Amino acid sequence: MSVITRNGPAGALTDDTLPRKKTALDAVLNFFRRQPLGTAGLAIMLVMFLAAAFANVLTPFDPEENDFQAMMQAPSWTHLLGTDQMGRDIFSRLVYGARTALLVGFSAAFAGGLIGLVLGVASAYFGGWFDLVFQRILDVLMAFPLIILALAVVSVFGTGVFNVILAITIPLIPRCGRVVRASALAVREIPYVDAARALGFGHTRIVLRHMVPNVVGPFLILLSAFVGQAILAEASLSYLGLGVQEPVPAWGLMLQGGAEEYATTAPWIAIFPGLAIVMAVLGISLFGDALRDAIDPKLRDR
Amino acid sequence: MVVRLGLWAAGLGLVAAIAAGPANAQTPKKGGTLVFMIPADSPPSFDGHRETTFATVHATAPFYSVLIRVPPDNPASTTEFVCDLCTEMPKPTDDGKTYTFKIRPDVKWHDGSKLTARDVAASWNRIVFPPSGVTSARVTYYAMVDKIEAPDDNTVVFRLKRATTAFLPALADPFTYIYKKEILDKDQKWYEKNIMGSGPFKFGSYEIGQSIKGVRNPDYYHKGQPYLDAIEGIFADKQSVRVEAIRGDRAAMEFRGMPPSARDQLVKEAGKDVVVQDSDWNCGNIVTYNHKKKPFDDVRVRRALSLAVDHWGGAPALSKIAIVRTPGGIVFPGSPLAATKAELQQIAGFGPDIEKSRAEAKRLLKEAGQENLKFELTNRNVDQPYKFVGTWLIGEWKKIGVNVEQKVVPTGPWFAAMRGGTFDVVVDANCQSVVNPVLDTAKYLPKKVYPESYGDYDDPKSIELYNAMTQETDPAKQRAAMRAYEKHTLDTEAHGIVTPYWYRILVIRSYVKGWKISPSHYLNQDLANVWLDK
Repeated sequence: MSVITRNGPAGALTDDTLPRKKTALDAVLNFFRRQPLGTAGLAIMLVMFLAAAFANVLTPFDPEENDFQAMMQAPSWTHLLGTDQMGRDIFSRLVYGARTALLVGFSAAFAGGLIGLVLGVASAYFGGWFDLVFQRILDVLMAFPLIILALAVVSVFGTGVFNVILAITIPLIPRCGRVVRASALAVREIPYVDAARALGFGHTRIVLRHMVPNVVGPFLILLSAFVGQAILAEASLSYLGLGVQEPVPAWGLMLQGGAEEYATTAPWIAIFPGLAIVMAVLGISLFGDALRDAIDPKLRDR
Repeated sequence: MVVRLGLWAAGLGLVAAIAAGPANAQTPKKGGTLVFMIPADSPPSFDGHRETTFATVHATAPFYSVLIRVPPDNPASTTEFVCDLCTEMPKPTDDGKTYTFKIRPDVKWHDGSKLTARDVAASWNRIVFPPSGVTSARVTYYAMVDKIEAPDDNTVVFRLKRATTAFLPALADPFTYIYKKEILDKDQKWYEKNIMGSGPFKFGSYEIGQSIKGVRNPDYYHKGQPYLDAIEGIFADKQSVRVEAIRGDRAAMEFRGMPPSARDQLVKEAGKDVVVQDSDWNCGNIVTYNHKKKPFDDVRVRRALSLAVDHWGGAPALSKIAIVRTPGGIVFPGSPLAATKAELQQIAGFGPDIEKSRAEAKRLLKEAGQENLKFELTNRNVDQPYKFVGTWLIGEWKKIGVNVEQKVVPTGPWFAAMRGGTFDVVVDANCQSVVNPVLDTAKYLPKKVYPESYGDYDDPKSIELYNAMTQETDPAKQRAAMRAYEKHTLDTEAHGIVTPYWYRILVIRSYVKGWKISPSHYLNQDLANVWLDK
């Protein structure tokens, strides 16, 4: 039996002959090189984050201040993207609107995702009647399209940022729960789960310490998709008048207020918030797809 | 000679043409069908006595007669009333407490039977003194009525408890349809689901959520009218559908009102094929504070919020995007009892120097310990003009450092919040039909005397001032009493804020003639004088 030792005799493996261990920077650079569309998506997301974080520095006007001397002005050097029907600067409202989009998008996605993750793994772990009942509940919830369920929730709890987050979180839970359960069913059969049980660990510890970390891969991919869906749902609810309310800057709300009445006379009121929604959802989708490709070993080397 | 004859003939032709032009323009043509849009999905019922919505009156007014009404040829008048079923407007007797109406002898119901004073009295008794189980929406309007009698088939007598200038305008309410006594005697609720009147059009058909149709009543008592062969009202609650229908000439008009952007769009695209009629509207949004919630029980806070709102600066700008226009007090600006601009300027928020007003507002908030005031503004989920007005108000209050979150709710929860007192501040509305300031301003009384006053305050002084105003019959003294009541309501106690009055804009296909706009979308809806120049 031969033993490979470091700094051993000739013919043995050494540090020089071993493949260099990849650093996080390598992984990131590799991602940029292999996933140009995903990189573009990431850039869009970064722009959104920066806009949201530094909105008070980037914006020349108060996004909520009515200026009746500047109603429906076309884009100019003073108002880069024009003004809306209340004379508010559209650029400033778009930048601040990124805060609303990200707040709602990430809060709903994380809340819905995390609850779905825990419930999905628990469902797979416990099996039996719990799994049966839980999956039927998910079936019922998933029978409704996301926006319909969100509309129902908002009509019960009312409008406002918190309620919109809640309204979008609830439909996301079964979507996450179902996918995570499928992954967790495979994990449940791996012997270390039995080993943990044999060692007398509690259910909570087994689920949270031993099973959840092993389904995080698909969960992260799901999460990126959820952020895009949540942003779109927030914009849809606001457009329908059921999301955040005036004068809070929100992209869907900006479309609702201006697009319908001034589409022909002041098209910039509708165009720029529409573009912002498209770019945000596109960016997150591209990044999510690329992330999936990068993580999935089957797709990673293609 | 030939040339001279030719010139003479040409000149004669020109004269004839000039003479004939205006005559043709004035002479109504008979025939045709008026198709109009009704901005609702359907009326809750056909019973005008019970309902308060325009959806009912737009759909059913052409089928009914009323006792008196605003003049169809001058519906903008706020003081003039004419007979519909009566023969002449009566002079009150008994110190203004008795009104005796003679009823036309030539009126037939659509089933061919004769309409008498007993039908009129039965209908009015149902409105003023509704039997058990019958809902009459306007009972409070007629608190001054003591008794209604029909001593014979041609006479109806109204006996009042006290003389008041509010009586005749209240009598001209467009919802006060005259129903057949024989039907009412059998079933008081028959008219909720059925139509049988004596108006210019006979009921044709009704498809729920789709349309209502009527055909010309050949026995109509106003001779020569109606000019139209038929009418068709199409229900469409979406504004875009109504605008498209008018643009494509699938409908000639709607009667409620549309925002300036829709007007501009239609005028731009249809040009001379449409005409615009507009008018101040006897409707307005009012800000109501919940006096049961702190800090709105503090008059300093209420006054500060009133002082922050720039009516003179905001109204012209808002009028470009919303159906509002004229700043006013508690009385409709077109009424003789309304405040002049100089009088309004004595009221919080209407002052000529807004910066001075806002400085005073900040001082009051500081004095009340509410420098960082935050509250929720409940509003109705209706764009025009509720949400525009709400957003404008929030911007105005922000200028004195007050942070407001708008809570927009559907109509049902909006009413529920107001009636249940579960709001901080609400964008309420006061929308009336006939301009009748004495009754219209009851909205500002305490809840215990006017149930639809949602501020939930007790204010004996307000009741005292209101009563003094209503009991005054001398116009000049009544006007002065109204000013005192108004000043107390909007300034001294600052119970609310009257935002700019709504502005009614109608775009009508230019072939529609004879119909004139009024200060209310409830008025002048029997369509007897409408004709089509096609």
